[in-house]
Amino acid sequence: MRLTARRLFFVWDFEKEERWLNEMASKGMNLQGVSICSYVFEEGTPGEYQYHVEWLKYRPSHPESVAYIRFLEETGVEHIGSLMNWVYFRKKRADGAFDLSSDLDARIDHFKRISWLLWVLLPCVLIFIASQIYQCLTHKGVLPALMPLIVLDILILACITMGLVKTRLTYRRLKKERLLRE
Amino acid sequence: MSENIALTEAVYYILLSLYEPMHGYGIMQKVEQMSKERVRLAAGTLYGAISTLLEKGWIRALPGESNSRKKEYLITEKGKEAVEREVIRLRELVENGERITGGKGI
Repeated sequence: MRLTARRLFFVWDFEKEERWLNEMASKGMNLQGVSICSYVFEEGTPGEYQYHVEWLKYRPSHPESVAYIRFLEETGVEHIGSLMNWVYFRKKRADGAFDLSSDLDARIDHFKRISWLLWVLLPCVLIFIASQIYQCLTHKGVLPALMPLIVLDILILACITMGLVKTRLTYRRLKKERLLRE
Repeated sequence: MSENIALTEAVYYILLSLYEPMHGYGIMQKVEQMSKERVRLAAGTLYGAISTLLEKGWIRALPGESNSRKKEYLITEKGKEAVEREVIRLRELVENGERITGGKGI
């Protein structure tokens, strides 16, 4: 049986997304493919797979990423799909533990990559907002028409800011821990 | 040229397991076995470590066999020197630890 679920996760909530995918897998719903806000599951044996999600530095088609994914595949990991730089991996539980980063440095690096993405998005949204404000100021009467767009922009801005704060806090917590251990 | 650095546990065990040719998955299994399942290398961590070690010239990739697409790696002389320096450093740590704690926990 196939099931398509629609869910939206913020990029900084990838751990939540992973938990959700693993909960589904423990109920026997195994992720088969991904597209924007949509997850395709196929019914299988409960608890057969463990899932991981990772944001790669380069696009999945980039030679660096291809080499990385091939390396993971050699260790029994299956690459089931990608969405921009997000890649979805799974491994059979019977084939042993599945973890992408066993050291703090790798986790710190992952959070750094994600907050970098947010820092790139931030100016884009700011430029968009600025141009809308400029239009409102120069053309009287466009404000009502532009209002929904402006509200949407402000919401996106709030999300990005929240994401930056969240990733920053995790980053700092991991950095502190790094002083004590590997 | 001697670099006086402490190796990470992962790097130390990866280098040790590469005294014989081994591919990625083999390294993971070897390290787990050597450390009696205490150290489990995550695949991503191992990949990052291998790339860095190749860059440093501490390990090298062996020319691939025709029947297998898995790449095998082997430690270099430079890598062996790094391991030997690390063993000396670790011995110092253990000796000092044992001297001060009175060797409890052995």
